[in-house]
Amino acid sequence: MNPVDAGRRDFLGRSAAFAGVALAPGVVLYEIALARETGKAASPAVRWGMLVDTTRCASGCTACVDACHAEHGIPAAVRPTDAQWIRKVELKDLRTGAIRSAPVMCQHCAEPPCVDVCPTGASFKRADGIVLVDRHTCIGCRYCMMACPYKARSFVHEPTTGQKTDTPRGKGCVESCNLCVHRVDKGGAPACVEACAQAGHRAIVFGDLNDPASEIAVRVRAATTTQLRADLRTDNGVLYQGL
Amino acid sequence: MRVTGAGLLALALAGAAWAGAARAPVLDAPRGEQCVEDAATMRRSHMDFLRHQRDETVHRGIRGARHSLAGCIECHANAKDGAVLGSPSHFCQGCHAYVAVKLDCFECHSSRTRAAQAGRPASSP
Repeated sequence: MNPVDAGRRDFLGRSAAFAGVALAPGVVLYEIALARETGKAASPAVRWGMLVDTTRCASGCTACVDACHAEHGIPAAVRPTDAQWIRKVELKDLRTGAIRSAPVMCQHCAEPPCVDVCPTGASFKRADGIVLVDRHTCIGCRYCMMACPYKARSFVHEPTTGQKTDTPRGKGCVESCNLCVHRVDKGGAPACVEACAQAGHRAIVFGDLNDPASEIAVRVRAATTTQLRADLRTDNGVLYQGL
Repeated sequence: MRVTGAGLLALALAGAAWAGAARAPVLDAPRGEQCVEDAATMRRSHMDFLRHQRDETVHRGIRGARHSLAGCIECHANAKDGAVLGSPSHFCQGCHAYVAVKLDCFECHSSRTRAAQAGRPASSP
């Protein structure tokens, strides 16, 4: 780095720190930058993603799962077929005995098999990489459930009650993690990410993979990360570190 | 003919032709000064507005436009239970029962305000 660049970097760093201080408590600079204007469509320049640091994810902690259920009004699963948007998985390396714990949810693939097989167009990928089900057009055929390599999708078998305004859910449709799209559109982070940070683990990082300055892009550049079943070349938006 | 305050407001909003109809439902009084469109337009076209906007919101992620179902509920919910369903005077149910049109929205969508979902007392109309 030449001296001019060093000076510039120092100046930018200090002005960014000043902006951070000047803002009201609880208002983070990057959140304001990410919040989309009213009436604007999701941008294809953005690729939302998550990084799960399995070395920080605590075995037995279900903060992310509980927060997801509370956010989306999903009752606790009673039957094996009840809806499940996110689950905790423990992996053990039989050779070394190493145990890793991590949440698994919709991986928000760039090439989602669930979208390929959907006969009605209900399963779709939004411009910013979030894979969703449009329940207005879902006929409940469950092809997407069979196509998904990550078992991310659930079918709602029973009538639903206690829905939240931002998460309509009903019997006869398939559903899965929507990356808390209502929060993301307001510039926030998904409920599981917030819950993990509140529980003190900070094992999940959310952000724009396409923005080189975002925390997730910096972390992904620095550390070795894996996509689950990378051999399928679905190019997941959820990345795992330390697996 | 004696008309109660709530009934008068509902009838005034419903318009002259509606008020003249036989046994028109008396619905919960809405909050706020006026609706996003005039009453006659809303009565005829609310489903077209909603259907158009839902596609824009779900598929393209456009938020904050004026014709939202959540917006309907926030103004038209019952002052006591914060719902648009539940009795013949509740806004959505009352009118759909009167015109005999099936109401599918709330098979999936919440029929209650955000405040009612959170268990907070509903605000006054």
